Amino acid sequence: METNVFKRPQALTDTPTHYCPGCGHGVAHRLVAEAIDHFGLREHTVGVASAGCSVMMYKYFDVDTIEAAHGRALAVATGIKRTHPELTVFTYQGDGDLASIGLAETMHAANRGEKVCVIFINNAVYGMTGGQMAPTTLLGMKTSTTPTGRSLHREGSPLKMAELLSKLDGVAFCQRVSLHDPDQVYEAREAIFRAFEAQLEGLGFSFVEVLSACGTNMRMKPSDAQKWVANQMCQAYPLGVFKDDEA
Amino acid sequence: MTERCERKTLTMGNIAVAEGAVQAGCRAYFGYPITPQNEIPEYLSARLPEVGGIFLQAESELASINMVLGAASTGTRVMTSSSGPGISLMQEGISFLAGSQLPAVIVNIMRCGPGLGGIKPTQADYFQATRGGGHGDYRTLVFAPGNVQEMFDFTVCAFELADKYRNPVMILADAILGQMREPATLVPEHPPVEYDKSGWILNGAHGRPSRNIRSMYLEGDGQEELNYVLQQKYEQMEEEEPRHEERWTEDADRLVIAFGTSARIASTSIREAREEGIRAGLFRPITLYPYPKKALRALTKHIKKILVVEMNCGQMLEDVLAIVPQGVKVAFHGRPGGGVPTHTDILEKLKEL
Ligand SMILES: Cc1ncc(C[n+]2csc(CCOP(=O)(O)OP(=O)(O)O)c2C)c(N)n1
Repeated sequence: METNVFKRPQALTDTPTHYCPGCGHGVAHRLVAEAIDHFGLREHTVGVASAGCSVMMYKYFDVDTIEAAHGRALAVATGIKRTHPELTVFTYQGDGDLASIGLAETMHAANRGEKVCVIFINNAVYGMTGGQMAPTTLLGMKTSTTPTGRSLHREGSPLKMAELLSKLDGVAFCQRVSLHDPDQVYEAREAIFRAFEAQLEGLGFSFVEVLSACGTNMRMKPSDAQKWVANQMCQAYPLGVFKDDEA
Repeated sequence: MTERCERKTLTMGNIAVAEGAVQAGCRAYFGYPITPQNEIPEYLSARLPEVGGIFLQAESELASINMVLGAASTGTRVMTSSSGPGISLMQEGISFLAGSQLPAVIVNIMRCGPGLGGIKPTQADYFQATRGGGHGDYRTLVFAPGNVQEMFDFTVCAFELADKYRNPVMILADAILGQMREPATLVPEHPPVEYDKSGWILNGAHGRPSRNIRSMYLEGDGQEELNYVLQQKYEQMEEEEPRHEERWTEDADRLVIAFGTSARIASTSIREAREEGIRAGLFRPITLYPYPKKALRALTKHIKKILVVEMNCGQMLEDVLAIVPQGVKVAFHGRPGGGVPTHTDILEKLKEL
């Protein structure tokens, strides 16, 4: 007798993703979908996509979704959640989106304690537009717009969003996780579950920063890109829970 | 006297807009302070909670217009208001509303730019409002009220048409209209028309397939198809929505074309002209997009002299020139940067025609 022990979450459609080999977006999508399934939210959720590689997440998530302008996902989420507090609302944003062009929306939505979940994919580059510098690009790291490497005195140092946001009163839950190996993926899953739980409990803004590989734009093999996340990214961006109002 | 006339109260234009929104069923407002429209958010911050609505002061106009987009996607009647620089910041969001086919009302109580500009009355945002304003091939339906009562009435109508077309609608008024107090009836002429939104709103995929609202269609000719869908709506608007007012046109041999406050001042000039035996008439567009083209063309069958009056350097003038046939003489009188045309100046120009 056969039992199926590993199924596609209901909150995902049966669609192959367009993401590159080794990219973290697909894994992160699955974890979000598992959380939605776990809390029985598939029919009560609106996901807000941002401009970036994940702009087409509507194809993969089998929940209601809307596409926000670059940087404005949290404003859109605010409009949805304020008018329909019974819905579970999450945004799914890259680092260019959340930490550069949308920084004001991020800080203010967090500070207001908007009861939404933010899945923040930190891959240290602008993926969709071809690997330009992101606000999270590491010092010394070469990108298509920092040909000699990011310099502290020219571009400033990488923005640590989890640390910044954890200082705001409106933030109920804030954790940084990584996807570079199965243990980390499991940790990430727990964090995303906790973020949705915080929203359901009405505690406030919940934020999960997910360190994720972009091998294509790093010009690395997928396996090397994972190692790079484990060694370089995790050093610059320490993993851990920065805030949990429940704990 | 009808019941509607009896219940007049002395009301500021900005308040008439705000109460018109509430009466139209608007239940969410997002905005950022800027003069000369601050009375709108101030009023709604107290009024909307009374009717179970949401008021939120956003961190910027970028945020407010995108909060509007989020609320609109759930089917809530939603509004924002601003002026000059704030409306400029909203243009990307207005383009997204149009591309995503979402209804919303945007109020622009204009201030005289360019740049930070001043808070004196102006009509300098005609191009921005009627050409779409943001990127892409889209249109915004634009109302130009001419008194406080119309600030109320057209706001109610703006919500209906926004829903009818699933498209942003703009109220374009100058600071005189926003700040002026006049008797007005703050009760709609009829209960606001509601539209069934159940086929497109996002409210959780409960008992139906999941939905998506977006403006980007990368596959095949999707983006081109979206644009044709939008163009069909604009064609329907051109057919069904142009509104205008004509006064003294039956026997007129010359015409003033003006909207908003300019039309009001021109009315005085026309009365004075008529006392002197000059048979002038007034054509006042109420919708600036779609422009009342057919009605204007019809008038030019017997009127061959036109004076366009605006509080700018000739923006609506371009539309008038494109509409009227050859052989019609078109003159212009405008004041930019907060200057207001006087009735004597307009009278002089009418005589010169
Ligand atoms: C106003 C605006 N500016 C620029 C762009 C172009 N753009 C689209 S996605 C993007 C960066 C995306 O990077 P990130 O947010 O890090 O997400 P990723 O693609 O890496 O997942 C940029 C600059 C845009 N769509 N809108």
